Amino acid sequence: MGMTMTEKILARGAGRDSVRPGDLVLAKVDFAMGHDLTIPPAGKIMREQMGAEKIWDPERVAVTQDHFQPAKDAASATLGRLTREFSHQMGIKWYFEVGQGGICHTVLPENGLVLPGELVVGADSHSCTYGALNNFATGIGSTDLACVLALGELWFRVPETLKFVYHNRLKEWVEAKDLILYVIGQIGVDGARSKAMEHTGEALRHIDMEARLTMTNMAIEAGAKNGIMEFDDVTKEYLDGRAKRPYQPVTSDPDAEYEKVFEFDVAKVELGVARPMSPDNYAPLSEVAGTRLDQVFIGSCTNSRITDLRRAAAVLEGHKVAPGTRLIITPSSHQVAIQAEREGLIRTFLAAGAAWTTATCGACLGGHMGVLGEGEVCLSTTNRNFPGRMGHPKAMVYLSNPAVAAASAVTGVISHPSEVLKHMPAEIR
Amino acid sequence: MTLPKVLRGRAWKFGNNIDTDQIIPAKYAIYSLDEKELGKHAMEGVPGRETWASQVGQGDIMVGGSNFGCGSSREIAPVAIRGAGVSLVVADSFARIFFRNAINMGYPILQSPQASEAIEDGDELEVDLEQGIIRNFTKGDEYRSDSFPPFMNELLRMGGLVPWVRKQLEERRRTAGVRG
Repeated sequence: MGMTMTEKILARGAGRDSVRPGDLVLAKVDFAMGHDLTIPPAGKIMREQMGAEKIWDPERVAVTQDHFQPAKDAASATLGRLTREFSHQMGIKWYFEVGQGGICHTVLPENGLVLPGELVVGADSHSCTYGALNNFATGIGSTDLACVLALGELWFRVPETLKFVYHNRLKEWVEAKDLILYVIGQIGVDGARSKAMEHTGEALRHIDMEARLTMTNMAIEAGAKNGIMEFDDVTKEYLDGRAKRPYQPVTSDPDAEYEKVFEFDVAKVELGVARPMSPDNYAPLSEVAGTRLDQVFIGSCTNSRITDLRRAAAVLEGHKVAPGTRLIITPSSHQVAIQAEREGLIRTFLAAGAAWTTATCGACLGGHMGVLGEGEVCLSTTNRNFPGRMGHPKAMVYLSNPAVAAASAVTGVISHPSEVLKHMPAEIR
Repeated sequence: MTLPKVLRGRAWKFGNNIDTDQIIPAKYAIYSLDEKELGKHAMEGVPGRETWASQVGQGDIMVGGSNFGCGSSREIAPVAIRGAGVSLVVADSFARIFFRNAINMGYPILQSPQASEAIEDGDELEVDLEQGIIRNFTKGDEYRSDSFPPFMNELLRMGGLVPWVRKQLEERRRTAGVRG
């Protein structure tokens, strides 16, 4: 009997010829990540409770200062300091200081640190993002991370795999974000609970790497353990000149077993949003158009890479943010910010009256630089809109793609981007 | 730290898809290293349960619906619930990272769709952890919980992943010593 990509990676990590869904395995980890909220507890558990003095491999760990950094208050400055000290004391090679890294899930792929065929863990739920690069990547807790840092190994339950086959091509304006919101709307926030989401089909060939990362990023919003994609020319091109280690792509066997197969004609997927207060609360844009907005946020590990910012800028070019609405734009990494500056995107944002911030998770998790107050309504390019996610539990958050967010900032209400820009230029679609 | 065999307490009932930002709003992540402080704000993000942490008694039992603890990987979610004094969480089903985190902490959780459905807020419960049986004194009912794979039971019995890693490290040191 054949194996899925996910099963093959876990089998290799466990040093076994094969594994089956439901097996519990102890597997070697190829790369691990932690940040300013998860490194301090993990470091403390590892040193004080587990009694480990050093980490298993300083070259296979990345640490970012992204969640509450630049420090939003004195307490987060302490977390930043503990994160910095631990990284330096352990000699962690891939430590990204404030102003030099950004959001972990953008920083690791853009630096070629998470590669095909690898077993990757991150002490952050959106670590599933990396799976677009043909690896097994999953979010873990701080005790988990402490275990990995000490031993280079961790226990896993081999997940059942759900296969998602995408046919045809997305229509104009419809982005990977709309597709994944639609899929989560179909299966629900626990539709893939503890399972692997394997995305495949010819539609993906026309979806670039950054948009693919948006899709795997949201696997956790369906409750999945990981999201994973095949290795192809798009993957290879993205990794050429970027990959920091040699890598070995992995493919699912033709006779691999899937718990369920879902087929989608993506040409039928409409531009859409997730309504408050759950990422599976999908609605076609037409149903929510006209909803008045206090804030629009373009940011996060989901939708604030350079291609996202290009589309937002194309919509905003020559326009102003509507009175009564505020627009906050947070690039997802320092490299994205540098590129946005080079391409003149920042000038467009500033001229439109947007607040342009440093790279940070910031507003997405109600941290800082855009936290919502009671009763406020926000359209956000982020991943999660459970009660209180971006601030007050009674704030209302809609999730959308960046072009919809930019257009809605111009009109002050949820709007189709074609109301502001006739056609998205083909080269940045 | 070993777990008591039988736990008794009042049930506090919560719904489906209670996510980690409701269990402990991210703004309290600054108290990541302070379990008691986190406990004071547990469940504050659940509409209508803003003051729950001041009402819960030591040893009380939390009962959730499906996909309990979805959302973030932050371990402060189960830490906050433990910090509030809750001795055990029973749910219809758990989101995977919450589940891992609880097991890794050696914090008892039980999966029981039957219990989650039948138990009401305020019911008096007794839980036999070894047998996986939940008794409801208020209703005179008894519910079974799903069994865990042996490795997870072993982790829970040992007190979580910390003692397990300590053991692994000791073995590695011994092997290295022999070789050296």
